[in-house]
Amino acid sequence: MTERVVKQLESVTIRFAGDSGDGMQLTGSRFTDTAAVIGNDVATFPDFPAEIRAPAGSLPGVSGFQVQFSSRDIHTPGDRPDVLVAMNPAALKVNLKELPRNGTLLVNEDAFTAANLKLAKYTENPLEDSTLEGYRVFKIPMSSMTVAAVAEVGLGRKAAERCKNFFALGLLYFLYQRQLDETSDWIKDKFAKAPDLAQANILAMKAGHNFADTLEAFQEVYQIDKAPLTPGTYRSVNGNLATAYGLVVAAHKTGQQLFYGSYPITPASDILHELSRLRAYNVKTFQAEDEIAAMGSTVGAAYAGAIAVTGTSGPGVALKTEAIGLAVITELPMVIVNVQRGGPSTGLPTKTEQADLFQAIMGRNGECPLPVLAARSPADCFEVAIEAVRIAVRYMTPVMVLTDGFVANGAEPWRIPDIESIDPIEVKFTQPEDVGEEGFLPYERDPETLGRHWAIPGTPELMHRIGGLEKDHLTGEVNYVPENHFEMIKTRAEKVDRVAQDYPALKVDGPEEGPLLILGWGSTHGSIVSACERLRTDGHPVANLNLRHLNPLPRDLGDVLARYEKVLIPELNLGQLAFILRSHYLRDFHSLPKVMGQPFKLDEIMARAEELLGAVKTA
Amino acid sequence: MSTQKTETAPKLTRKDFSSDQEVRWCPGCGDYAILAQIQKTMPSLDIARENMVFVSGIGCSSRFPYYMETYGFHSIHGRAMTLASGIRVVNPDLHTWVITGDGDGLSIGGNHFLHTLRRNFDINVVLFNNRIYGLTKGQYSPTSEQGKVTKSSPDGAIDHPINPVRAAIAAEATFVGRAFDTDTKHLPGMIERMARHSGIGFLEVLQNCNIFNDKAFDDFTDRKVREERMVYLDPGQPLIFGKERNRGIRLDGLKPEVVTIGEKGVSESDLLVWDATDPTLAYLISNLDYPDFPVPMGTFLEISRPTYEDTLAEQIAAARKRTGGDGDIQKLISGTNTWTID
Repeated sequence: MTERVVKQLESVTIRFAGDSGDGMQLTGSRFTDTAAVIGNDVATFPDFPAEIRAPAGSLPGVSGFQVQFSSRDIHTPGDRPDVLVAMNPAALKVNLKELPRNGTLLVNEDAFTAANLKLAKYTENPLEDSTLEGYRVFKIPMSSMTVAAVAEVGLGRKAAERCKNFFALGLLYFLYQRQLDETSDWIKDKFAKAPDLAQANILAMKAGHNFADTLEAFQEVYQIDKAPLTPGTYRSVNGNLATAYGLVVAAHKTGQQLFYGSYPITPASDILHELSRLRAYNVKTFQAEDEIAAMGSTVGAAYAGAIAVTGTSGPGVALKTEAIGLAVITELPMVIVNVQRGGPSTGLPTKTEQADLFQAIMGRNGECPLPVLAARSPADCFEVAIEAVRIAVRYMTPVMVLTDGFVANGAEPWRIPDIESIDPIEVKFTQPEDVGEEGFLPYERDPETLGRHWAIPGTPELMHRIGGLEKDHLTGEVNYVPENHFEMIKTRAEKVDRVAQDYPALKVDGPEEGPLLILGWGSTHGSIVSACERLRTDGHPVANLNLRHLNPLPRDLGDVLARYEKVLIPELNLGQLAFILRSHYLRDFHSLPKVMGQPFKLDEIMARAEELLGAVKTA
Repeated sequence: MSTQKTETAPKLTRKDFSSDQEVRWCPGCGDYAILAQIQKTMPSLDIARENMVFVSGIGCSSRFPYYMETYGFHSIHGRAMTLASGIRVVNPDLHTWVITGDGDGLSIGGNHFLHTLRRNFDINVVLFNNRIYGLTKGQYSPTSEQGKVTKSSPDGAIDHPINPVRAAIAAEATFVGRAFDTDTKHLPGMIERMARHSGIGFLEVLQNCNIFNDKAFDDFTDRKVREERMVYLDPGQPLIFGKERNRGIRLDGLKPEVVTIGEKGVSESDLLVWDATDPTLAYLISNLDYPDFPVPMGTFLEISRPTYEDTLAEQIAAARKRTGGDGDIQKLISGTNTWTID
């Protein structure tokens, strides 16, 4: 054993990279949970290929998982890794450019065979030439050491070697002074039906840990203290899970069943997976035959009186569009979750993007408005899902929720809310006794919200017919009168506009007025907050704001924007929010577009902000 | 059907099922006859009107729900079955009908037709088959005969047509029937039989479009010829037809043939006795068509299989048993892996 220096660090970013079959997502998740449980703040970025198993060892098959863990409150999974774990040459090739000079590189030396080097398109072995100069490189024969470590279990060589990700995890647990118990328990639970695999993985992890301890090259180990998070009980949550839980809690608050009709699509399927386990929680899931059927069943479910929800990604929304229009004209409450991914068409299924904003707000035939909300972080999906249900049933309208691959798959600590403290959501099905002398008028409206009656089948005396043809403004019967159509068009628009009356006042971070506001929506929140914190630390009076409500826009947004000389809008699209705001406020905005399937790096936002500030520098 | 009866006496009549809406089909359309028969049949089901939902898609037939004094949803093209599925999942007490046509149900809605049938939702599907697109003014439909000259097929339709009954059997429906619009003796019985069936019911109703495809079925439904050119499938009864009730269908191995009782030693006992519980037989007989054979009408298939709704209810009950009642949502969202910050 070597006496080692324990070095305090504030934040560390690790990227695990390997072949799709190397278990990198699992390794990253385990490291994250262990860090979270000891009280670090964490943020993760799983980044994996669309292929389930691209050819082993190939460049397209590289799967990565980045985690930042910290003793302070963090908002992003880190721009660049401090430590890169590369399980094979392809993983090294794809990720090395992200590793800063002097960064730590742990490589599985055994994987650098001639065949793998060729697959990674290396003509020379990078472990032997000058490729890795300037990095702190640790070449470790992980595969062979793993095989030796688990020999006693008696697995075949292939199965034994597959435990190498836990060997790598054990190494890192040593470097960052983590206990193995948490992960050991998890392994035992996960592999309860295959005790030999459980034993092998634990042995591999311990072997990695012990090996690190004996390796003199590791001269220091690192300590990252607890983060000063708000007191409470926490768990780790990703955006899809938080969305599912938000929907369950919202339905619970209404006292009605939750219906989730969906067709599997990356990256939204995990919402379906989670909800389909919850049969005992008044949740019914329906895996439809296609996206259209998923939407149609959701409309039918809403009509029948459920808290009806569908979830999908952009291509699915495209298919659902006509039925969403039906939901708008029949004015039934429901929620459509779009976990955005790279487009157009099939695009980049596993990568993140925010390019469906136009689609959400404008992408239907006819004048077809609906409220649109966006979640800014994994845990925020919970809040947004609840608010979407609240708006849907209060205003009798479909509501679209935008998340994206980055928040859907990324995880962060979540202070578990006390569901008793969440306001109830009132659902009132119209009853025969609510009907006045004029008889039942399905399209009679609440004067405050303009929401119409929700009179569900099964209710005596309220039999009525609705559908996709234009309706009489009171009876709901088919009506082609020009003036009635215009009135209904305006009423549906006015109803959606009124949703903004319930929004809380906007609150910016940083100065209330000044030279620059950085405005974002959805998952760019973390990058924008972190960039602005740094800019302010550097003495720049920059404010930042994340818009949850994209349609209708908050009524005080115009006033807020007017208090800043310039407004910068970073988006993972070509400037869709900027486009919308220009038309709303007849003013120019500075768009910062990025459409690469990747979140913003702080540098990118800071550089553009500094450039804009330079032009208005007063001090 | 587990539908509760909430309305009490007096017994409902056909009129109680007529809404106040003016019926807007073309004069002489076969849809009128089907509407009348369904309205007439409803009271015998003894189900409260508020527990009935009629869902439709787009097309002439899809105007149907407006005319029923029940809950109704005139949805979008081809998607009625998807709405009905959502309704059934949420509230299995609602007696749910889908009214569709050959275009709505088999062309644009073909995918939902296949999947809704195989799932065995307890939904009654009535497909009005007029072998033409009416509401878009006369293009060929998926059931139009090959070579049919229409506005969109001036040289004759190239498509081979789909046989709705065969498609329904292939999609593993548990009740499959056929009737025609003006058969006032037979149609109401088929409607009621389907309505009482637990699980998916599929009834093809041959329907005359007197504007765009007039007399499409007259070859075998005309009063003068129908007895010779149609055969009724009645479970337990032999397949007999003809004015003289002396012709029938016999199976020669897997080959149906028309025989005459009293000729070549054929007696009634040689005829195929109808068994509506055999999908293979149903498929075989569904292939019979005029002019080589009489056109089969009646109950092709009537079998029992657990419905989607019942299996879902069983899963819910099992899940609740595992958790000991309603799941604790606070416990659910808290998970098992938590930590506390003081």
